Amino acid sequence: MSTLRQRLGRISLIALIPVLLAGCGINNIPTKEATARAQWAEVQNQYQRRSDLIPNLVETVKGYAAQEKGVLVEVTQARASATQVKVDASTLTDPAKFQEYAQAQDKLSGVLGRLMMIQENYPDLKSNQNFLALQSQLEGTENRITIARRDYNEAVRTYDLEFKTFPNSFWAMVHKDSKPMELFSASAAAQSAPSVSFAPTAPAVAPGSAPPK
Amino acid sequence: MIASKIPRRILAIAVLSFIAMAVAAVAAPKFPPLTGRVVDDAHLLSAQAQKRLTGELAELEQTTGHQVVVATVPDLQGYPIEDYGYQLGRTWGIGDKVRNDGVLLVVAPNDRKVRIEVGYGLEPVLTDALTSTIVQAKVLPAFRAGDMEAGVVAGAEAIITQLKLPEDQAKAIASAPPPIQQPLQSGRAHFPAFLVLILAFWVLSSILRGLGGRRGGGSLWWLPLLLLNSSRGGGGGWSSDGGGGSGGFSGGGGSFGGGGSSGSW
Repeated sequence: MSTLRQRLGRISLIALIPVLLAGCGINNIPTKEATARAQWAEVQNQYQRRSDLIPNLVETVKGYAAQEKGVLVEVTQARASATQVKVDASTLTDPAKFQEYAQAQDKLSGVLGRLMMIQENYPDLKSNQNFLALQSQLEGTENRITIARRDYNEAVRTYDLEFKTFPNSFWAMVHKDSKPMELFSASAAAQSAPSVSFAPTAPAVAPGSAPPK
Repeated sequence: MIASKIPRRILAIAVLSFIAMAVAAVAAPKFPPLTGRVVDDAHLLSAQAQKRLTGELAELEQTTGHQVVVATVPDLQGYPIEDYGYQLGRTWGIGDKVRNDGVLLVVAPNDRKVRIEVGYGLEPVLTDALTSTIVQAKVLPAFRAGDMEAGVVAGAEAIITQLKLPEDQAKAIASAPPPIQQPLQSGRAHFPAFLVLILAFWVLSSILRGLGGRRGGGSLWWLPLLLLNSSRGGGGGWSSDGGGGSGGFSGGGGSFGGGGSSGSW
């Protein structure tokens, strides 16, 4: 009788262990990693969306400002090299790979900013309905990129904290495959990209913060 | 009086850690309280216009479930309106928590900026291009002519008109890009697991009790309860009643990701 009760007690203790562990935060790393990766997917999603807009945009601008070949070619090339950057699961944890990705996208932001600046010289382009629609989509996408990057950084910040603070860091030994992730840095290019205002009616911000040349 | 000292110390620690958390969070502007469907902090609207808009917006929510809020603020505290707008939307939690179908019309007269902020879920219906058209064609002309009220009302009504259309028609107008999926929220899934555990322990303990010994695991069942507080994200939640009217209006917890467009005059 008592041995049976002891055994049941032991079983219930074993059953209790996962719950206790969960209470101690053994699940924090995987949970936060999942959140951060979901935010990363959102960042990529928005960059992809911008990438998809570009061919159409280039075509439209070409129709009105064919002589701006230099910028147009640059945009196409920057887009191509940004899409060539391979992204896989290790991109987030490998500083070099992550930098490569972020820099390619930041470069595209800069060149795109310049492309949108040339509209000032082409009144027909400026008033073209198709161009206006593309312009608002591009603006919206740049805005979403900014927010997605910020949300990603925030998710990664709390995730990375798990590795740096005790006792959470203890669990990093259990989750050997999980590593701290990289953050988007607010580089000069990254900062200027969202503040370039493409809106024809908002000149207050644009000139000062526009990319050089 | 050790007993009274300890709680005070705990309180102090709690307050300090709260402040530390607040500082660590992303710098956010100060937002006015959500007092209704029309928050006219910049005093641009007459009482009648406010009442009319509130009625129309309440009706919109009743028929479609979408929450639209008109907010006028004197200035943006130095933030870009794109930054201010989505943070205001998230703070107020406009729109349903699952559908994320909130829309904000933000007007900041001192900064001469206006923005339509669209929740994730409505981005296919209220696209950037469409909101840009509304801002440029309906709102800004009135603002430039100095008639703030007319601009706000025209903008809000254009949004309402678009949202009231059947979805296929609305999408045809907006010629939509694919909707953006919001990452699933974790944490929720844990709850049923805890219920199951409580049940399991209860059964176990009743078996133990059945076996005789009073000392058995008779009180084991509450053990998982102790751990319940470790599951995060309990608070908050779904408070939108859809009723509106004179009762308290509140957001449903919807989120925003930068959809919409802005203009200035």
